[in-house]
Formats: sequence, C-alpha cells, structure tokens
Amino acid sequence: MWEYSDIVKEHYKNPKNVGSIEDADAIGEAGALACGDALKLYLKIKDGIITDAKFQTFGCGSAVASSSILTEMIIGKTVEEVKKITNKDIADKLGGLPPEKMHCSVMGHEALEDALKNLEGEEEEISDGEKQAPRANKDKIICNCFSVTEKAIKEAIEHNGAKTVEDITALTYAGGACGRCKGNIQAIINTYNMEAGNKKEELNAVQFILKVNKVIEKHIMPELHKDCGGIELVNVEGKDVYVRLTGTCKGCRNSNLTLKNFVQAQLREHVDNEINVIEVE
Amino acid sequence: MSLYNNLIYLDNNATTKVDEKVVEAMLPYFTEEYGNASSIYDLAHTANSAVRRSRETIKDFLGAKDSKEILFTSCGSESANTAIKGVLELNKTKKHIITSKVEHPCVLNLYKDLEKHGYKVDYIGVDSNGDLDVQELASKVDKDTALVSIMYANNETGAIFPVKEIADIVKDINPETKVFVDAVQAAGKIPINVQDTKIDLMGISAHKFHGPKGIGALYVKSGTMIAPLIIGGHQERGKRAGTENVPYIVGMAKAAELAMENLDDELTRVKRLRDMLEEGILTKIKNARLNSTAKNRVPNTTNIGFLYIEGELILLHLNDAGICASSGSACTSGSLEPSHVLRAMGVPFTSLHGSIRFSLSRYTTEEDINYTVQTLPHIIEKLAKISPFQKELGEILNGKGC
Repeated sequence: MWEYSDIVKEHYKNPKNVGSIEDADAIGEAGALACGDALKLYLKIKDGIITDAKFQTFGCGSAVASSSILTEMIIGKTVEEVKKITNKDIADKLGGLPPEKMHCSVMGHEALEDALKNLEGEEEEISDGEKQAPRANKDKIICNCFSVTEKAIKEAIEHNGAKTVEDITALTYAGGACGRCKGNIQAIINTYNMEAGNKKEELNAVQFILKVNKVIEKHIMPELHKDCGGIELVNVEGKDVYVRLTGTCKGCRNSNLTLKNFVQAQLREHVDNEINVIEVE
Repeated sequence: MSLYNNLIYLDNNATTKVDEKVVEAMLPYFTEEYGNASSIYDLAHTANSAVRRSRETIKDFLGAKDSKEILFTSCGSESANTAIKGVLELNKTKKHIITSKVEHPCVLNLYKDLEKHGYKVDYIGVDSNGDLDVQELASKVDKDTALVSIMYANNETGAIFPVKEIADIVKDINPETKVFVDAVQAAGKIPINVQDTKIDLMGISAHKFHGPKGIGALYVKSGTMIAPLIIGGHQERGKRAGTENVPYIVGMAKAAELAMENLDDELTRVKRLRDMLEEGILTKIKNARLNSTAKNRVPNTTNIGFLYIEGELILLHLNDAGICASSGSACTSGSLEPSHVLRAMGVPFTSLHGSIRFSLSRYTTEEDINYTVQTLPHIIEKLAKISPFQKELGEILNGKGC
C-alpha cells in the first residue's frame, strides 16, 4: 500500500466540494477513463473571483484528495492568484504524495489550467497566444511521473538515437509509469523526424552538391580507404548522384554492393532519402 | 489478542494466515531439534527424519509417485526459476518456449529476460472468460520447443487451465518438450494428482495454503533432468544447495497435511460462501460485472469489476470498513499499469481500472461474507457520486444501460 499522509486520507475519505455546477462559468477536464484517471473541475467566477468550485474524479485515493484540496485552495481566490498554483503546491498542501502518485496533483493542475484557458478563450484571443509561448518552451515537462522535460526527450533522440517511445522510456524513464505521456512522446519523435526531413529538403542545388561531397569525404572515403579503394563525385542531376570508383574498388566484383549498400545508404541517411547512386566509368 | 480481531480477510490469493497447528509443528525445530539435517549425530537424525517425513507429505499432497521427485525451495518464484532455467540449461540447442499471457509476473518477467538472451517465447492468449486457447498453444509446439509453461490456476480470476490435457497434447507433438506447471494458486484449493499426468515439473508455495512464507517445493518427475539454480552443497540430491530449512519444511508439510484434510471444506463451504459473495454483490450493485467467468474456477476466488469507479479507491474504503481485498488495477501494487490478466481477457476500460479480487479461505465465515455484501453497496454508491461519468452511471443504475 502507499503511504498516504493523514491529509490525503482525510480528503479521500471525506472529499470536499464533490459534484457539478450546472451554470458553471468554466469547466476544465484532465485525464481519461482509459488511463485510469479522469477529472472534471467546475468553476463559478464573479468579478474575477472564484466563488465556487466542484469536482468529479475517477481515480485513486490521491487523485480524489488532489481534486478535493484543489477546490479548497481556489475558492475565494482571484483568477490571477489561482493561475500561480502549481501541481507542487497541491501536493505540498496534501502533506506530500508518493513519487508515483505525483501525477495525481498534475492532473488537478491540468484541469485547473484547462478551465482557466476555457474562460480566457471567451474573453480575448491574445491570452491564448500568451499561453502558447510557455507551451513551446523546451523545458516543458512531458512526463509528469518522472519530471522529464521536452528538452531531455529531444536530447535522447538527437544524441542517443532514440527512435521509439520505448527507447525514450529506457533512456529517460519518461512514459515508464502511468504511460499517459506516451502519445506526447510519440508526437515529439514525429515532429523531430519531420523537422529533420524538412531540413534535407530545404537544400538548394548547390547546397545539395556540397553536402553530398562532404558526406563522401567524411563518411565514405575513409571506409573505402581501409580497403585501398576510393571514390570520386562526378556529377549530380536531381537526386541522381554519379560517382566513379577508384583504386581497388574499381572493377571489384563487389563494387555494386559497395555502391548500393554502403555509398547510397550513407548518402540517403545523411543527405536525402531518395538519392540514387550511379557508377560511371 | 490480535490487533485485527474484526478484520475480514478476503485476500487469500496474496497470502494466508498461518495455521496455529503449523506454527506449533515448526517451533521445536528452532530451539530443540535444531540440528543440521546433513550431520551425523542423533540431533541431526531427528531433523533429517523430519525432512524425510515432510517430503513424503508433499509427495502425497501433489500426488507424486516418489518422494525423490520433491525438491524444497525458498518460494514459488524459486520453484519456477529452478524449473525453467534448469530445463533450458540442459537443452541449450532448443530456443523456443510457450507460455500464456496471464502467467504470474514471476514467470513472465523471467521469460522477458530470456527473450533478451536469444529465446523465442510465444505467449498464448485467453478468451473473455479467461479460458486458455489450447488450440493456439498446440499449433505453436514444434521440434525446437524446449518448454511449455502454463499455470494451473490464475491468481487474479481463479480460472483453472486444463494442464493435464495440455501436457498430453504437447507430448503428443513433441515428447522431448518439458512441461512446467505453476501450481501456486491451485495447491490446497483443488485436488492435485501429478502422477496421472505427463507434467514434468510443478511448483508450489507454502504461504498460499496457510503455511509460512519463505518455503516452497518443486516436483521434478523421475527421469527429468534439471541443472541446479543454486550451486553449493549436495543437499536436495545436488539439485538445490543450501542447508535444509528444517522448521519451514516441517511447517509446509503440516500446512499441506491440513490442506488435504480441509479440501472438502474448500470445495463445498468455501465455494458456497464465494458464490454467496458473488451473487450478493452482483444483485445489489447494478454497475458490478463478473470478470471471473471461466469454465472451471478454484472455489475461493472471484473477480468483479465496478464500472466507472477506480479500484484503489474502492480498496481504500473497504480497508476503512475493515475488509481486505485486492485490485486488478495495479495502482495498489506499486506499478501503475492495469492488470495484464484482465487486459488479456479484453475487459473494457469502463471496469478494467475498477476490478476487485476477493479470495476466501477456510477461515472465512458466513458473517464475513454477509458484512461484506452489506457494506460494499454503500461504498460503491458513495464513490459513484464522485465519478465524472454521471450520465453513463445514471443509465446503468436506472436500468437503461447494457
């Protein structure tokens, strides 16, 4: 069993402000049934002050306690004050949560954020833009269970060559507990791949040739040199790269293998996926 | 007197209360008959003959032919590890294993590890009742299959798998393939007669049948070779080194003896109480759904899902009411993933996270069950009010839902 604080126990045993508000001014939602956690938060707001708050939660003891104490924390406060509340504030107010249960406080915070966003969405468009800014921030936490940032996940992709959500979990723990962020991790991987793909396409003809040449010099030549072979770049037409094999590679019966499995594969990996390597005499 | 006099303990598949007669039988072997069973003097003889008698009892408990087929281990996990690794170690050319998706984690995690070391493991699925797809299993057996490992009864649903038939089918296709049965949840709950089967290895654990924790046994059919997991002295005929844990071996044997005496009670009275509990809950609580609907089930287990309510929350409130049960939603067990067993059965998300296992024992009374059946509806009613799925719950509670 988890070691819950007395405050947590009191709040799941006798949760405060359970229910819905029919004419709520803002409703926030977080989580989903499939994840095992879902929260709905209803707010009544008058003159910028939260006059009433109610919640409905599907979740474990700490999820109910987080929701319950959150309503107590925000009733009577101004919207501006409430915006400053973090998930840590919720957890602290509960006398702490077990690390594996921190995501419950995060869910409370997310529902609150969602409710306030809905509220602002009606008021003015600009605030939406302001909200976008911190979201694009690379320090944004993606995995709340293990506090893993977007930056850390991108680094795992860039520096460690992580390709799948499982790779990311193995490297950073992100996604390893409740798994709710797995979709977001996949989205980061997809975005990274797309950006990487775009970068390749953005090259103009000259840049393309220069890059091909660089890859040949840096990645391909040294390998061929090991077998006393060599390679020259002859011409580039669109995605077709014409090369001449020299040294021992010239006339080698494995030269076609070398071209396709090594030269072309390297160029495709580093420059463009559609490159076609053609040998000229 | 116990602190928990009024406690209603319905989590006997997790562990059981040690029978006082078991404790009584064990005690002399700590302070009076403390000899090393392998030594030569009279004191050791007493210990040695106690181990010998205990081996006979466990032989009878499992219906084995010869007490030499019984190996003492430290727990169910050790029995499983010894069986699995012991077989594979001596069949290094064969790299194929068949098991089920619903095995106990101690077995599944071992297979996940073996996969990293070049083994191919097929995980056989179950249907929505929790019954194993035996045909699928049969279709996977081939000449490269080193081991088939299937549990006798599932810890979460109580579903009994047809292990005798499975062993017959496997041996028919490939007589060389070894069959290991994890019988931890079956021992003491249903009669076992392993010599009537083609099963090669079978593991049990004492604390699941009112014996102490920290002692288990492994049946190894005569002629089946295994490599030892623990290498050292010559104990257990070289198959498991380590000084014999005499008091615990005696305790497990006493527990087995009592389990055999009480088997009728388990199959009749305990089963009746389990059915009472199940019917009571399903009748009184409209958003309750039965998960354990397998053809054959151990008599003490039921697993019930409560729609739109989370399991840990139910358990916490049951605990406050003095009732111990356990959750399929593993929020309670330190991992946050829902039960792999219920997921394999395709239990929908609406009740997957709100599934509770009740497991009874010979200590369970009718009063316990009556109290639980009275208390639980109030808890569910209270928690339903907190759920954000009021519309869905409303439809079910008012009889409009499915």
